[in-house]
Amino acid sequence: MKREYLILATVFLLLALVPFLAAATGQTSWTRLVGQALIYGMAAASLNFILGYGGMISFGHAAFFGIGGYVVGIMYHHFDAGTSFLGVIPGTDQMLITLPAAVLVAGLAAALVGAMSLRTGGVQFIMITLAFAQMFFFLFISLKTYGGEDGIMVRRTNALPGLDMRNRDTLYWVVLCFAAAYYLFLRRLVQSSFGQIIAGIRQNERRMASMGISTFRYKLYAFILSGMGAGLAGALMVNFLRFASPDMMHWTRSGEFMIMVILGGVGTLAGPFIGAGVLFTVETTLARYTEHWMLPVGILLLVVVLTSKGGLMALIRKLTGGQK
Amino acid sequence: MNHVLEIAGLTKTFGGLTATDNVSLTVNAGEIHALIGPNGAGKSTLINQICGELMPNAGHIHLAGRDITRLPPAERVALGLGRTFQITSLLDDMTVRENLALAVQAREGGNFRIFDRAANRAEVWDEVAEILAASALGPRAGVTVADLAHGEKKQLELLMALSQRPRLLLLDEPMAGLGHLESQQMIDALLAARGDCAMLLVEHDMDAVFALADRVTVLVYGRVIAAGNADEIRANPAVRDAYLGEEDT
Repeated sequence: MKREYLILATVFLLLALVPFLAAATGQTSWTRLVGQALIYGMAAASLNFILGYGGMISFGHAAFFGIGGYVVGIMYHHFDAGTSFLGVIPGTDQMLITLPAAVLVAGLAAALVGAMSLRTGGVQFIMITLAFAQMFFFLFISLKTYGGEDGIMVRRTNALPGLDMRNRDTLYWVVLCFAAAYYLFLRRLVQSSFGQIIAGIRQNERRMASMGISTFRYKLYAFILSGMGAGLAGALMVNFLRFASPDMMHWTRSGEFMIMVILGGVGTLAGPFIGAGVLFTVETTLARYTEHWMLPVGILLLVVVLTSKGGLMALIRKLTGGQK
Repeated sequence: MNHVLEIAGLTKTFGGLTATDNVSLTVNAGEIHALIGPNGAGKSTLINQICGELMPNAGHIHLAGRDITRLPPAERVALGLGRTFQITSLLDDMTVRENLALAVQAREGGNFRIFDRAANRAEVWDEVAEILAASALGPRAGVTVADLAHGEKKQLELLMALSQRPRLLLLDEPMAGLGHLESQQMIDALLAARGDCAMLLVEHDMDAVFALADRVTVLVYGRVIAAGNADEIRANPAVRDAYLGEEDT
């Protein structure tokens, strides 16, 4: 227990030092890369809650990531143009409004998708979540007001009172704080009463039903919480990259989130973050040398999945002597 | 209205097959009522209708005076229906203690709390400790369920079902696959629990049935062919023909 806190604090400190290290070594792109990896880690971790802890294999998680991002983009668009969304809701560039709004809208979308897809299971569930995500993808492509296929440029990162958000390093630290807070939230969530019920449903849904648990309601709640997390990650990403596009919710993105979870370790807290970090680093490094970076990434995934049952987290546990 | 369970005219058909044919039976408070019959007699189908996993085509099921015929399974549990499964159905990744804790927590409520700590819920863990202290499974509390022996799993099923404090417990072949000694332990455990709840017992082990049951109902091809106390059933020629003759030599 003590040791876990020590590791978490050390990792947080090291990550907080990234902008200084980048400046000292002249590798200024590091901050941007690590920031993106952290945000992808959040999205993957939110997927991992339903996939790893809840046993719901959703193949449409990028939809909520994209929706969260578009909330920020659309609100900025209206703020910039001085118009209102649907003629009622005025735009804004205040992060204290855009982030909660993104989380809320992503949660509503998850409630809608979950209410319909959670009536099924297994392969049907995978296909229905995928179909919903593709529907959102094409919906946003067709919205010409918001850039269609090109997406929305957000010229300025959302403002946060008291901070200079135009400073890239400040923005990175804000992202880091959100990622840390989200990690702690998930840590709490899986240890909560609700977390126990969800773990029970993953192992044996029929048994939970025989104990008086209406499993559908619990799964839907988990699905909504997970969608909200992805929405938060998407909203941060649009702030970080100052750009929202339909690509955020393309089905390959959903696949990437899944790969991050599996690579890092299904049903572990740190796994998705580690998976996101490794996958994103390997991708960007290899992309510099070759167009065909997907081939070595695929081989890496195969090796990890085949050799270590439980992803990189299992490997780390083995190397550190079976400790948590 | 002293019946904990009252089934009237229950009928269930699958295509041309009538799996439950106008079945009526009652279980009184504190009673162990055994349901016997050869394979394919429709015992499991009947159990699944009482639980709510199957919907009957006709007839009514009352639990403690309330009509539960159309209620979803979880609501029936809330009204006091507990069950064990024919093929043990537990949470295999968790320990014995965690399985029990989840059963107690499910009953206690607060299941939607996301900011508490399940490990700190004293009311849950105290009760789990009490249950384990009174059980032969006590020393095995920290063992993962997947590593338990078959008989231990059966015992854990019973403990979890009882921890729900049901009014009526449906037992689907609790002796299945148990050795002689384990069967005796199970019989003792059921006898000890009889004061707490009524039971509807589906069982093939006739020694267990006659050791436990206050009343017996015999089901053949979905139909009740006889009902009465153990001695009456033993003496009933129709039952001997249909069933007992083969197994109870």
